[in-house]
Amino acid sequence: MITTLLEPFQFPFMVDAMVVGIAVGAVCSVLSCYLVLKGWSLMGDAISHAVLPGIVIAYAVRVPLAVGAFASGLLCAVLTGYIKANSRVKEDTVMGVVFTGMFAFGLVIFTKVKSDLHLDRILFGNILGLAPGDLRDTLIVAGGTLAIVLALRRDLLLYCFDSGHARTIGLRTDLLYYLLLSLLAVTIVVSLKAVGIILVVAMLVTPGCIGYLLTDRFNRMLMIAAASAVGSSFFGVYLSFFINASTGACIVLLQAAVFMVALAFAPKHGLLAARRQRQLAGAALNLEDGR
Amino acid sequence: MSEPATVRSAAPEMSVRVEAVTVSYPNGNVALRNASFTLEGGSICALVGVNGSGKSTLFKAIMGLLKPAAGTVTIAGQPVKAALKQNLVAYVPQAEEVDWSFPVSVWDVVLMGRYGYMNFMRTPRAEDRRIAEESLARVGMLEYRERQIGELSGGQRKRVFLARALAQRGRVILLDEPFTGVDVNTETAIIALLRELRAEGHIMLVSTHNLGSVPEFCDHVVLINRTVLAAGLTSEVFTEENLLRTFGGVLRHFRFDESTVQKHDGRAVTLLTDDERPLVFGKGGHVEYSKRAGHEDVVKKRAEGEEDV
Amino acid sequence: MIETLLTPLHYDYMLKAIGVSAVIGGVCAFLSCFITLKGWSLMGDALSHSVVPGVAVAYYAGWPFAAGAFVTGLLAAVGMGFVKTKTRLREDAVIGVVFTAFFALGLLLISLYPSQVDLRSIVFGNILGISNSDIVQVLIISGVTLLVLGFKWRDLLLFCFDPNQARALGLNTTALHFTLLTLLSATAVAALQTVGACLVVAMLVTPGATAYLLTDRFGKMIGIATAMGVGTSIVGAYASYFFDGSTGGCIVTLQSLLFVAALIWAPKHGLLAQRARRRIAGGAEAVL
Repeated sequence: MITTLLEPFQFPFMVDAMVVGIAVGAVCSVLSCYLVLKGWSLMGDAISHAVLPGIVIAYAVRVPLAVGAFASGLLCAVLTGYIKANSRVKEDTVMGVVFTGMFAFGLVIFTKVKSDLHLDRILFGNILGLAPGDLRDTLIVAGGTLAIVLALRRDLLLYCFDSGHARTIGLRTDLLYYLLLSLLAVTIVVSLKAVGIILVVAMLVTPGCIGYLLTDRFNRMLMIAAASAVGSSFFGVYLSFFINASTGACIVLLQAAVFMVALAFAPKHGLLAARRQRQLAGAALNLEDGR
Repeated sequence: MSEPATVRSAAPEMSVRVEAVTVSYPNGNVALRNASFTLEGGSICALVGVNGSGKSTLFKAIMGLLKPAAGTVTIAGQPVKAALKQNLVAYVPQAEEVDWSFPVSVWDVVLMGRYGYMNFMRTPRAEDRRIAEESLARVGMLEYRERQIGELSGGQRKRVFLARALAQRGRVILLDEPFTGVDVNTETAIIALLRELRAEGHIMLVSTHNLGSVPEFCDHVVLINRTVLAAGLTSEVFTEENLLRTFGGVLRHFRFDESTVQKHDGRAVTLLTDDERPLVFGKGGHVEYSKRAGHEDVVKKRAEGEEDV
Repeated sequence: MIETLLTPLHYDYMLKAIGVSAVIGGVCAFLSCFITLKGWSLMGDALSHSVVPGVAVAYYAGWPFAAGAFVTGLLAAVGMGFVKTKTRLREDAVIGVVFTAFFALGLLLISLYPSQVDLRSIVFGNILGISNSDIVQVLIISGVTLLVLGFKWRDLLLFCFDPNQARALGLNTTALHFTLLTLLSATAVAALQTVGACLVVAMLVTPGATAYLLTDRFGKMIGIATAMGVGTSIVGAYASYFFDGSTGGCIVTLQSLLFVAALIWAPKHGLLAQRARRRIAGGAEAVL
């Protein structure tokens, strides 16, 4: 029994997958707290789709794929911001138009560029088939990004909370905007290998939501989000070994399960707590009426 | 142009100078055109105008959130950017603009006022903590320091953000509609605090449409309607004629000489408000109507009851 | 040269694809006017991803794919509504959590039982290989949608613009809400065939957004959007013959190009027009 449970750890590719999953989970979850609070949840969705043309073009001109992905993702965000500020089209519509346009363009040029890129891997990740240098690269980039976010965490929080005040104390809010956007783009690029374009959105939104439901303190929110992401990644990879299913899907579904539990049982903001508060309020009214 | 206030302090004199500022947005809308006024020394100045008159645009220009197409804003003789670096400008936001479910406590918010003095990782030193506590105590919110901001009442929330401005040691404080949603006690406390700050040489710019409160505590007033219509001492500038120009007919009048009020010795008294209709009671404690038309029976009855006017 | 250009039209499957694409493109574009005005653009994105598990299950069980897709689509929408009203989470975060979970579920099912359904066709659409039974489903959906929109567009317009006013006039806003949601789900399911899950949102957003830049009248907006939807779908489906079957990519790229053109050159709301106006007024730049 124990031997079966420990079986996955015998395979280097499994251990690598777990480590990469944990690293990606950690950095995505920390960023996710800021995104959820700033209202940028779907910005992650947009950028993650918009990286596709960048990857294809990078391949064609022999530039590192990550660089192309990053540039393309950033372009999407900047373009969205520009169009929103200069036209009467609403933000959510602009985002939809820009990222799907870029993704579609990516698909079209993909068919024309002779490559050994596998579209499936870009879309869904390939965490179980990592190349030798991937583990090291992912850890370095994820670690670096995490370090930057944690070092600047208070300024980033202030920017998300009250950019007006940030400006009055002399912070360059325009730079903070681009910094946050760049951190998001880098995080997405580094997560592509693990979960792919489609599911990275989940890693950038769900952990933050879990944290937000469970606490009123930002530091605790960061820790809860990270814990749930790291746990989901580890167990997701582990589980996928036994049921022989898509690893990325397992990770995301585990996170969703944690979310549902938090939703139901969160001490202050969950469903049961809300019901208890209503009952208490009702009882108080009854007392007042002298019943 | 305004007269310098008579109250001075030992600190270097604060000033806000707005000269011929024009701001227009990408959609072609000119929010502010050729706006000019000057404030020097300690002062509480009301910024009065309807919604969409350019009040918030003016604030944004002073805070450096907008670059005017024309004109300049100087704070203490310096361009806005330099002034911001020295933490000279503090901003107390409207309640609607704040995300009250943000996971920050009262203490977190006040400490944010000190960020401009801390290192890039924003580690608070003992000095920062002392100033933050002192600011919270000054607004009477020290005991609430661990509460998440959403748990506070309207008045308490306003005090916390005032404490933040105090902690920042801002010398020009911009207050956006500070009295909406605030209880009477807090309003009194805030006005008292603003007066203290004025005596210390600070400049407070208060955006408000609570017209009645303006003469109570504001020594200067700036009337805005897409440009500065008038600026200066309240006693000189805050006239009925100027207000009518500012509000362009969106004011509610109660003219005693047209109303059901009797025996008011012929001198016309006018009540102006841009928001709620005023409720006026006569000497006998009965309701007075703003127009006699339709209330002829009331007028007749009052005229008959001599002592009851 | 002309010979090469005419080659696609010799094939039955191409003609079918072009025809069906035109229908779907038109219907989606018509709906997109309402969706963009209501602010449901990203809801469209979410629904198109949420239908995936339903499609997978439908294929295994042998049901019409539309039925399965429709069920999970509505489930997702209801789920989003539930979480949003019961918690303090913002709408965009709720959408993100729910649709990614549904999509992951779909992926999981497909990875567990890979033989039954082709993931590629779900994600990218497969209009060039569409079966006749699928065509029937698409036509039925399109027909019903057009019927409902044809009769109810005024009520729906008011609902999108000012739901309180609609309620005050005695309209059943809950019913309208669900009607719009249902139409959205249905068309998302249909568009899945042409462009696949990832690009459905484009069909449901870009034509409306483009038309919005070109006119101030809703009637004209619908006309422009629908024409654009039909036109780009025909040309895009045709062109995909030369682009290795990436129909969705071709159609959406065309639509995006039209959007960019409108953005720049629209007579009243375009960038050039604004710049001309600003020169008269004196411009400002916003510092972020």
